[in-house]
Amino acid sequence: MKKILMSLMLLSTLLMSQFGMAAADLEVNTPAISAIKTSMQARHARLAPYYANGAVGLTNDGLIAVKDANAVPLSERAVLTGLVKEENTDRNKLYKEIAQANGHPEWEAEIQNTFASRWIDKAQSGWWVQGAGGWIKK
Amino acid sequence: MKNWILAVALVCVIPACVTINIYFPAAAAEKAADKIIDDVWQLKNGGSKPAEPATESATEQ
Repeated sequence: MKKILMSLMLLSTLLMSQFGMAAADLEVNTPAISAIKTSMQARHARLAPYYANGAVGLTNDGLIAVKDANAVPLSERAVLTGLVKEENTDRNKLYKEIAQANGHPEWEAEIQNTFASRWIDKAQSGWWVQGAGGWIKK
Repeated sequence: MKNWILAVALVCVIPACVTINIYFPAAAAEKAADKIIDDVWQLKNGGSKPAEPATESATEQ
């Protein structure tokens, strides 16, 4: 009888720990993550026109890419390339930092995939996003 | 018999401990992603309303 009780307790502990995990939030409020966010926020104002005119699109791996360099004047292209590069550096850092802040560096790829679909979901209409078969205008 | 129940319980619990360790919290990750994207793209700061006083035609001459 005692052993049955013990096994029941073990089972209920197991169930509760699973519910606990399911409800847990990811830690995203570290100084490192905040700094990356601030930097991306500031850059967004400069990137937004390029999303809108199709020069830059959201890739399906959670980054951005120059989609149509011809959409910007020649003189702006170096700036555009620089912005895209900086943004991707920040995004990669962000995914890595979130994984590390939660004690699971191996989650980085899954976090990146999650972000990839959320960026695309939240993209404004008219922006270009990468689907399975290529670029799509939202 | 009682030992068997305990054994079964342990067999369930031990692999579950390993599973919990590698389990990726997909829903929590989505929530975190949404929050960060809203912040970076400033989608939820009330700034989307240009506060246009468009209904003032009554005051015109």
